Formats: sequence, structure tokens, C-alpha cells
Amino acid sequence: MDGVTKTGFAVSVSGMNHYFGSGEARKQAIWDVSLDIAPGSLTVLMGPSGSGKTTVLTLMGCLRDVQEGSVRLLGEELNGASGAQVVALRKRIGFIFQAHNLHGSLTATQNVMMALQVHGSGDTAAQRRAAHHMLGLVGLADRVNYLPQNLSGGQKQRVAVARALVSNPEVVFADEPTAALDKESGMTVVDMLKDLGRLRGTTTVMVTHDNRILDRADRIVTLEDGRVVSDKNNT
Amino acid sequence: MTRFLSWVLGRLPIGWLQLSHSRARLIVAVAGVVFANVLVFVQLGIMGALNASAVAPYDLFKADIMITASDAKTLTDGSNVSRARMFQALSIPGVKAAAPIYIGNVEWQRPDGGSSTVQAIGLDPSQPEFARKDLQSSMQTLQLADTVLFDALTRGIAPGLLDTATPAAPYQVELTGRTINIVGTMEVGAGFSADGTLYTSDQTFLRLFNNRSSGAPTHILVNVEDGLDHNVVVERLRHVLPADAVKVATTEDAIAADLRYQTTERPTGIIFGFGVIIGIIVGIVIVYQVLSTDVADHLSEYATFKAVGYPQGFFVSIVIEQAIILAVLGFLPGLAIGTSIYVVLGAATGLQMTMTFSLALSVLIGTIAACALSGVIATRRLAAADPADLF
Ligand SMILES: Nc1ncnc2c1ncn2[C@@H]1O[C@H](COP(=O)(O)OP(=O)(O)OP(=O)(O)O)[C@@H](O)[C@H]1O
Ligand SMILES: [Mg+2]
Repeated sequence: MDGVTKTGFAVSVSGMNHYFGSGEARKQAIWDVSLDIAPGSLTVLMGPSGSGKTTVLTLMGCLRDVQEGSVRLLGEELNGASGAQVVALRKRIGFIFQAHNLHGSLTATQNVMMALQVHGSGDTAAQRRAAHHMLGLVGLADRVNYLPQNLSGGQKQRVAVARALVSNPEVVFADEPTAALDKESGMTVVDMLKDLGRLRGTTTVMVTHDNRILDRADRIVTLEDGRVVSDKNNT
Repeated sequence: MTRFLSWVLGRLPIGWLQLSHSRARLIVAVAGVVFANVLVFVQLGIMGALNASAVAPYDLFKADIMITASDAKTLTDGSNVSRARMFQALSIPGVKAAAPIYIGNVEWQRPDGGSSTVQAIGLDPSQPEFARKDLQSSMQTLQLADTVLFDALTRGIAPGLLDTATPAAPYQVELTGRTINIVGTMEVGAGFSADGTLYTSDQTFLRLFNNRSSGAPTHILVNVEDGLDHNVVVERLRHVLPADAVKVATTEDAIAADLRYQTTERPTGIIFGFGVIIGIIVGIVIVYQVLSTDVADHLSEYATFKAVGYPQGFFVSIVIEQAIILAVLGFLPGLAIGTSIYVVLGAATGLQMTMTFSLALSVLIGTIAACALSGVIATRRLAAADPADLF
């Protein structure tokens, strides 16, 4: 089944440290973090600003080179992984960023299609249909041909969500995906992610400050000053 | 455009969408490429005219081999050759015929008051086989004293002025105090050292140039027996003739050496060659600026693509796509402007500036190569970065 690995975990982190800067300015940001994330679960990362949530998320999602310790994503070790391995893994995950990071020259549909074309160009018409379907699910059926500059902050964030989910990723990493959304659409996104977990076994790791989301999480991990200070199952 | 490019690339034409999204930058970039193209076209056009005018006089006579003074670098700048060399050459087996050719520049006070430098070429009319095919029939007429064929494209004369000149009704001009009859025309065109050309007999030439003697022509022309390798005869002539006085070469080799000298050693050739290089550098710098600014502006978008799993080659292909679009969009107006400048400059200077297909094609290929090179340099900073550091 998707997302299940030899170890049984979608993501498995142990003894991870991370440093920023070099020489005199070198500063440790992450201290000995260990975390095992079960497939199909919705895990929430919490913590005050600057506590290292984004850093941990990008390390697990192979957007940053792992410096110390071990991170296994979908069974593959990221510490020392080759460029080609990393590129291949990135195609199996979805990322929703703190900033929406949409491409300003591409329409909503084209932005979403970019996440499909990475798997090989192929049938553009089918990709367009899939993108439209996904945009419909996030409530943007009437905005498919808009450029980001003509969308509101919340609408842009929903395009980013559609882009992350359109290629059926095995793991979704989301960095405050609901920050720019109103209450209702924020919940819609979280419910979508949760349903994906139930139906397809998609694993979600989400950074959020939003207390309403906590009820829906399977597990809540709290960071402070780069360390895990609490780790609770939410049953 | 987007549809067409999607079809060509097999993916969304991100490069084109980015370029067309910021119109102002696109216009600046295309203008830069146009400018560089025009610069290169003009320099190449002038260089081409220089080359054409350097070899044009060779086209007026027909010889397998030329015997030239050893200090001569072009058709006209060397010492004269002793006519005794011609008789020596005629005694060499394989030499079918030999003839002297006289070349010199003469000032012509035009009827309109201006003056033109005319390059005069004198050939023995009794040996018409050394004249260009279409001029051979006129050689008979040139046996009459003071008759010449004149270049209809001479710089400074009204077009069509000499059209009516025939042996029966010659057009008369004053040259070095003599009355000369123009009995026909040929087309050579102006060059860098002369405004036009006249063609005459050796006797008339010597009357025009009092300081020249029949014993010292400018070159000796040699024709080889049919079926014999020209180079073999060249070797035989070199063996007999003193190397410190004359050099022997096939006419093709002589033309090639002349051209090489004029383009690489004469100031004019060097300056225009340098102009081509400057044009190429200006183009590369402008395109590099535009593409690297574009890459810098889209760093966070590219980081997102990287996070989705696009490899480095994808970004290179976006920038190359942009480079080729800029090259093509800039080339077309560059070609149009370049062609117009050729027409205007050609009319003003009498130089033969022609836009040939191969010239246009090589500039297009050069433009695409230069743009692609700039593009590849512009993506280098993307290669190493972690996507998380690029946001
Ligand atoms: N690129 C970087 N260079 C240097 N230091 C960094 C960099 N990115 C993060 N840091 C530092 O690492 C620490 C953790 O940052 P991080 O962005 O992970 O926090 P966060 O929990 O996501 O905060 P926020 O809630 O504000 O998004 C902070 O002290 C931050 O200043
Ligand atoms: Mg953060």
C-alpha cells in the first residue's frame, strides 16, 4: 500500500541536528529531534515562532540537505542521498508552503498542471481536466484561468493546495496552509487532507497555529527552541 | 504562441509565459538583440564589401598562374615585374601562353567637377584569352588608340550616363590631359582604394601612365597547357625564377592570400572584424543581463518547481527557451533594419553590400548560440541551492 515502508513509517527521523550559518556565525537550530510518523495519519507540528517547525518540515520533505542524524522518507535515507534520488522522492510528495509560491506568469490551471508535468509531459488535455477537477474541489471552479495577481490571498493558497494534492502524493507536508484562509475554507482543506488519509493512505504533516485543526489531528508534536517538548496522540 | 510552443516543447512554455508577462523587459531584451544584430550585420556587410572589392579586379582577367613581385601583398601595392620574366616563363614546358598586365590608379576630373580615382587595367588586345570571357569580344575595339571600357558602377557618376557609349558613338572624357573614348561598359563597382575601373589595351595604358614602361608590367599572367596540373607548372616556374624578385602562385592562391592580408593585416579589415566581435559581446551582455535578472526574479517560483521534483535540466531548458525566443524575435527586425542599412549605405558609398541567405543564416545561428550561452551562464546559481533556501 502507498506510503507504507519496510519500517512501517512514512517518515522516520532520529537524532537529527541542524545548523545555520558557518564559522563564527554557525548556530544550531534543531537539537536531537526524533519522530516516527505513521502512514495515513495527520500529524500537527506546533510551537512558537522561530521554534524550528519550518526547518523540520523542509528537512523531512527533502527540501534541505540533512546534516546530522537520519531521516527516512518513504523508506529512503535522505542523509547523503544523491541528487537523482532526491528528485525522484520529491515527485512522490506534495508540499504546501507558508507563502503560496505560485508562479505569477501562469494561470491557476497551469500552476496546478506543473505538478503533473513533472511526471512526464504526455496527455495535456487529461492533465488540464485533472487540474480543473482539483481546483473545483478547493472551490475555484470559476477561477481556473485567473493569474495569481487577480486572486485573493485565500484563493492563491487554495491553488497551492490543489497543486500539492493533484498528483496523489504519498506524503503531504503543509506549512501553515490555512493561515491565509477564512475559517470555512481552512476547514475544508484540512478535511480534504484527512479524507485523503482515510481513502488513499496519504500521510500529512502540517504546521499550524490554528486550534480548530487540533481536534482533527491524530497526533500533536510541539517544538520549542529546536527541541521536541511534547508529543501527544489525539484519540 | 503559447499553444504553438506547448506543442513544440511538449510542456507548458514557462519561459515564454514569463517573458510575455513582463512586457517592458521583453521589449528591452528584444531591442538589445536587435541592436547587436544590426551592429554585426553592418560590420559584416562592410567587411563583405571590402572582401568583394578586393577580389573584384581579379575577375576582370583570366589566368591560371600569376607571376608577381615578391613584395606585393595585393594586386596593386607591389613593385613592377620585369618583362624578361615573361620570356623566361614561356621557355618552361607546360606553359601555353604568357602576357603582361598593367594596373595603375588614375585621377579623373569628372564633367560635374568632382574627381574619382579610377583603377586602369591594361592587357594586350592580341591575347584576348587573358581577358574575362564577356570582355574578349571587345578587345578588338580596344586596339584603337585611346579607347577604353568603363565601369558603369563608378562612384560619383550618374546611373545610366555611359549606357549609350558604343564604338560608333563613344562617350568622351578627359584623363591625364588626353581625350579618351569610352566605347562600352562593364560592371565592377567601387571599392576602398578606387571609385571605379577602366579596361584598356597595354598601349593606351602606357600613354595614360607616362612613368610606366612596357618593360615593367605589374604582373605576368600565365596559362597552362590543357590537362596539366597548375601546381606542377607553378613548381617549375619557382624553380627557374628568382624568389627574391618574384613569387609564383595559381590565381586562386593569389586571391586567397590577398584576401587574407586585407582582412587580417590591413587596418580596415581588422577594425571591421573587431566591430563584429564587439557586436557579439554587446548582444551576449544584454541577453545575459535580461536572463539572469529574470532567473533572479523567479527564484522562489523555481524553488517551488524544484520542490515538486523538477531537475536542474528543466530550468536550463526554460532559460534556453527564453534565449531562443529572444534570439528569433530580435533577429527578424535586425535582419530588416540590416537590409535597409545595406541599401542606404550601398547607395551612398557605391560599395557592394548584399544581404545573402548564408550571411543571414550564420548571423541567426550565431545569435541563437550567443543567447543560449548567456542563458546557461544565467542558470548556474540555481544549480547548487537547496529549494528551502531559495524561498
Ligand atoms: N535560512 C536560515 N538561515 C539562518 N537561520 C535560519 C534560517 N532559517 C531559519 N533560521 C533560524 O532557525 C530557527 C528556526 O526557524 P524556522 O523558520 O524553522 O521557525 P518556525 O518555527 O517555522 O517559525 P515561524 O512560526 O515564524 O514560521 C530560527 O531561529 C530562525 O531564525
Ligand atoms: Mg515557519
